[in-house]
Amino acid sequence: MTEKPKIALYWCSSCGGCEESVIDLAEDLLTVAAAVDIVFWPVALDFKYKDVVAMNDGEITATLINGAIRTGEQEHMAKIMRKKSKLLIAHGSCAHLGGVVGLANFYQREDLLSRLYQEVPTTNNPQGILPQHETIESGRKIKLPDIHDTVKALDQVVEVDYYIPGCPPTPELIKEAMMMVLENRLPPRGTVLAGKKALCDTCPRIDSKPDKLRIKKFKRIYETEWDPEKCFLDEGIICLGPATRGGCNARCINANMPCRGCFGPTDNVRDQGAKSSSFLASIIDVTDKEALKKTADSIPDPGGLFYRYGLASSILKGKLTPKSS
Amino acid sequence: MSKRITIDPITRLGGHGKIDIFLDDKSDVERVYFQVPELRGFEKFCEGRAAEEMPTLTQKICGVCPTAHHTASSKALDDLFGVEPPPAARKLRELMYNAFMFENHLLHFYFLGGPDFIVGPMAPRAKRNIFGVIDKVGVEMGKKVIDIRKRIRGVNALVSGSALYPVCGLPGGVSKAITEEDRAEIQNVTKDAVEFAKLTLNIFDDVVLNHKGSAKWLTSDVFCHRTYYMGLVDDHDRVNFYDGDIRVVDPNGKEFVKFEAKDYLKHLEERVEPWSYQKILYLKNIGWKGFIDGQDSGVYRVAPLARLNASEGMATPLAQAEYEMMFHALGGKPVHNTLAYHWARLIEVLYAAERMDELARDGEITSPKIRNLPNQTPKEGVGVCEAPRGTLFHHYESDEKAIVEKLNLLVATQNNAAAICMSIEKAARTAIKGGSISDGRLNVVEMAFRAYDPCLACATHCLPGKMPTMVHVYDRKKNR
Ligand code: SF4
Ligand code: SF4
Repeated sequence: MTEKPKIALYWCSSCGGCEESVIDLAEDLLTVAAAVDIVFWPVALDFKYKDVVAMNDGEITATLINGAIRTGEQEHMAKIMRKKSKLLIAHGSCAHLGGVVGLANFYQREDLLSRLYQEVPTTNNPQGILPQHETIESGRKIKLPDIHDTVKALDQVVEVDYYIPGCPPTPELIKEAMMMVLENRLPPRGTVLAGKKALCDTCPRIDSKPDKLRIKKFKRIYETEWDPEKCFLDEGIICLGPATRGGCNARCINANMPCRGCFGPTDNVRDQGAKSSSFLASIIDVTDKEALKKTADSIPDPGGLFYRYGLASSILKGKLTPKSS
Repeated sequence: MSKRITIDPITRLGGHGKIDIFLDDKSDVERVYFQVPELRGFEKFCEGRAAEEMPTLTQKICGVCPTAHHTASSKALDDLFGVEPPPAARKLRELMYNAFMFENHLLHFYFLGGPDFIVGPMAPRAKRNIFGVIDKVGVEMGKKVIDIRKRIRGVNALVSGSALYPVCGLPGGVSKAITEEDRAEIQNVTKDAVEFAKLTLNIFDDVVLNHKGSAKWLTSDVFCHRTYYMGLVDDHDRVNFYDGDIRVVDPNGKEFVKFEAKDYLKHLEERVEPWSYQKILYLKNIGWKGFIDGQDSGVYRVAPLARLNASEGMATPLAQAEYEMMFHALGGKPVHNTLAYHWARLIEVLYAAERMDELARDGEITSPKIRNLPNQTPKEGVGVCEAPRGTLFHHYESDEKAIVEKLNLLVATQNNAAAICMSIEKAARTAIKGGSISDGRLNVVEMAFRAYDPCLACATHCLPGKMPTMVHVYDRKKNR
């Protein structure tokens, strides 16, 4: 009997949603599980770190890692999984681009800690205790992994072979990636395994998107009602469809909400946030300086909006100072 | 004999966790530390973001219970903008919420915590998982589990945009109405969901209650703690997941306090330990007395068993009957046996199914009127709901342009943090004697936390991501 391909799933700084999407493969999960040996998957199986460490280099056919890299322990595990695996696949927005957790790069690490442990109104912490890398209590030494200064995408710490985008990726995309591995029909290394076109091209509302958009003021969704059939941009509501890779089946649009860009940029775009802002700038329909400023000001928190999923891997990469006004 | 054993990561739970067990001279357990080695910082990096983005942003705290964060957040926005959703929107939210609770609890029973019972705690570890469960309950039943889960996820996708991450929440309502055809389709699913919940309770009867070994675990003192209990209740003090007041009962089951979400700061407080990124909640008016149980300790518990203990019943008939049966079988209210969380969880599955079914039959739910627009300047808002793993609070302050300036989040698992540490320590003391350690025994230690279905992704919304659980056993000389 030939040995089945070995597959591992691991998580770093993430929310667990990517794993849920694997479970959402439903009956396909059983099909995949029958075709492979799942050798490591902490959320569902009882194998431990030492089992992985004991494996030979390259013994695992493919490892899917979700989550960004924030701690020393995560970086260490990413390197181990890289060594043990022939293919390393970044699974979901956080591994792919840094994801929502990458928004932490807007702030200093110390700000995160002091807000959480010293400032929030429920905390009773008169001594200002912060979690420590190493604690000694009654002679017992207890360690915590260190928290890096910034959040990184997976390919900022190890080489990555493929990317499955999305927050979370759809189960169909995960299954297709698995099948590509099993059936040995992988595209060139580095490929993002989803649509090639922008979300707009697959959007059910594309027919109502005017060729020439002209916007004087962007509307906030909390103060606006909109036509559930029409293109959001035509209604004056920011939608990141033009700057986002397709492949999600237009999930948010179908729930009558605008796109927030979780599938990341298309192949020919390096920086999704820069692309989003230049696109929006191109549709602003005012000329005098004063009015232009007003229109720009009608976009709330542009940094957080355009870089919601991609700050860590953007050209801004590391730190941005938070908007002062 | 000096040794330190590492169980790393702890498995079959949402997120990363780690347990350090120190042994004394006799190689018995001296002290145990349950750690969450991860932090992400949502409280900070959501500052400066637009308020209306909070429901879709904060839910990325947790991919296991995103709908809970989405809902608490949408309710915090209702409060922030001073706007009530119209009846249809409220019902759609509650329908989505119960669908989520149903699916999430079942995930725990069949994939995460249940294998310890269904397959057995001492079963080979390669079997203690969903695949082992399917072997045990049969492929047909396994397919049913997968099928109902998928269809319920379909209901969520239909109502909220995506099976996993809802996007429909807006201040004063939801983004999408449903049609009469949708309602008929949903009803088909909810009808089957009620049947499936009953079936699951039967399986629990077979593999746990009517099985001597397992039933013994359920009432064992190893997994018992006398604590306070907290949960949301409706006007009749019955369990409600979506809305109500927060009720706390003492270890004898007597009401200790009942309060509205907006008053949470008067009743709850958090403690920081230098050895974990997770903060520990306790009852402010009793205070922190350490990791101890009893009437004088501020330690309280949340989530399924706590909700049932803190209430006077269930609002649907079949779940009410099961509620009575459980308390009768386990010697009356409150039940302090931690493993009874598994039973309580399945009673909640039945309640969620019945409640979904009621809502799906309610003609008003298809009304096109699903939003009220705010006309008040935003300032401050608190939202609460019962996440699968306990009471969840979102609290925002914003400027007049609705840009969030400050936020505080009390997540479900944090409420149980002290109790989880205590449960693990107690289980470890019993399971590990004279340094004797086996995979099965260490799994018994893990069962102590699995009963709570902890979500450490949630617990560490504070820092970067996940929680590998590792159990370290140290000897007296602190050698591994
Ligand atoms: S901008 Fe948004 S709504 Fe408009 S076509 Fe593109 S994805 Fe669809
Ligand atoms: S519509 Fe945009 S934000 Fe929503 S799932 Fe698709 S890519 Fe992600």
